[in-house]
Amino acid sequence: MFQSLGKYILLLRLSFRKPEKFSVYWSEVMREMVSVGIGSLGIIAIISVFIGAVATIQTAFQLVSDFIPKTIVGGITRDSTILEFSPTISALVLAGRVGSSMASQIGTMRVTEQIDALEIMGVNAPGYLISPKIIAGVSMIPLLVIVSVILGLTGGYIACAASNDVSTADYITGLTDGFNPLIVTVCAVKSIFFGFIITSICSYQGFYTDGGSLEVGQSATRGVVWSCIMILFVDLIISRLLL
Amino acid sequence: MIEIKDIYKTFGDNEVLKGITATFKPGKNNLIIGGSGSGKTTLLKCIVGLHDPTKGDVIFDGENFTDMDFEQRVPIRTKIGMLFQNSALFDSMTVEENIMFPLNLFTNQTKAEKLDRANFCLERVNLTGKNKLFPSELSGGMKKRVGIARAISMQPKYLFVDEPNSGLDPKTSILIDELINELTEEYEITTVIVTHDMNSVMGIGDHIIFLHQGKKWWEGSNKEIAHTDNQELNDFVFASKFMQAAKAKL
Repeated sequence: MFQSLGKYILLLRLSFRKPEKFSVYWSEVMREMVSVGIGSLGIIAIISVFIGAVATIQTAFQLVSDFIPKTIVGGITRDSTILEFSPTISALVLAGRVGSSMASQIGTMRVTEQIDALEIMGVNAPGYLISPKIIAGVSMIPLLVIVSVILGLTGGYIACAASNDVSTADYITGLTDGFNPLIVTVCAVKSIFFGFIITSICSYQGFYTDGGSLEVGQSATRGVVWSCIMILFVDLIISRLLL
Repeated sequence: MIEIKDIYKTFGDNEVLKGITATFKPGKNNLIIGGSGSGKTTLLKCIVGLHDPTKGDVIFDGENFTDMDFEQRVPIRTKIGMLFQNSALFDSMTVEENIMFPLNLFTNQTKAEKLDRANFCLERVNLTGKNKLFPSELSGGMKKRVGIARAISMQPKYLFVDEPNSGLDPKTSILIDELINELTEEYEITTVIVTHDMNSVMGIGDHIIFLHQGKKWWEGSNKEIAHTDNQELNDFVFASKFMQAAKAKL
């Protein structure tokens, strides 16, 4: 456990060594940003709309009382979407989509000696392979979470419009009432940390793959599992510290 | 010239290399041969720096490679070309991008100059016009040739080749051997080849080192190998009936 942590920290240190040529690394960063950002937009859009809609319907179902204003549904949906559903569930989905792809890509490069080829050329392999992925994750995952928040709240609106539980006017009023900007800060901090966790842990698992195709699959699985555990752990820590 | 001095390599309790000393001269095909598990690939990885030897030194033209850190090794590494057993081409790049990759990182050439160099290297390995293909679209022999083209793109002083003939048909194997031989002689490259292909041994083995149980068991040339009385080497080289028949004719 401590040996793995040490290897992980050393790998991160190697990843952020001075690049051999900035322009080559920059084009890798752009490529990874497209892969992480544009490539994940579809799945994030779909899950966000559904989660927002379900959150609204379930909140409305639980708050059936004449003493509770209907506008509260919008407020609860807003807070739970921004604070938890969008950053955390998006991160868990992205760990599966982006993380497993990164771990298996780097793992395959390891077992097919492509990483050895980089090292023999004099390229800092962790820097060339891992740092662009981490930069892409830390920058694109927060943007995906912003998209997820907007679509989640839109999903709630659609749910209100489609059912008669809460009127759309009440929902909109609820969204704007008692808004605390701190929740946006918490959401942003969480998504940056989650981006780092997914990309660094999955890259680490891929980089130290040893064996063949079976081990590449195992590395990808380990990467996703550890990412999910760390996402939930860091989610708890950040919530405790910032709220 | 590459000198290796008293190289030991241990993995846990398993001592794979036990004090190997040798000199590899420029313009020669230096072959490392031996049975499976004899330590050939481990020795090659120790020489190129993929493994650090437990003990001993690797010296490139008087510079002790073993004592250097990553940054210090870079100038020597840019003079090294390597062809891997499975070619190790970058899957996400085209043939042309694979060849231009080291040029992009370590030279300040213009794009046109890099393209010219890539085209020259492809022409040299008889793959003119295959620039835009991806590795998945190439046959095993073509991958090896692209691997050679990438290895020579930086005009290396040292060329390392790991099992160049594995998975290839006999005709393609001979073509690859001839290509490596031509490049070695033409550019005065110090070439080190790990192989257990007897056609390569007899065809291009200017200088051969036979490893057995992690030790240098025999050293000589392809002309000497048929007349040696070294029992282990004879058992290895003349294991097949074809080679026994060939030896009888000598």
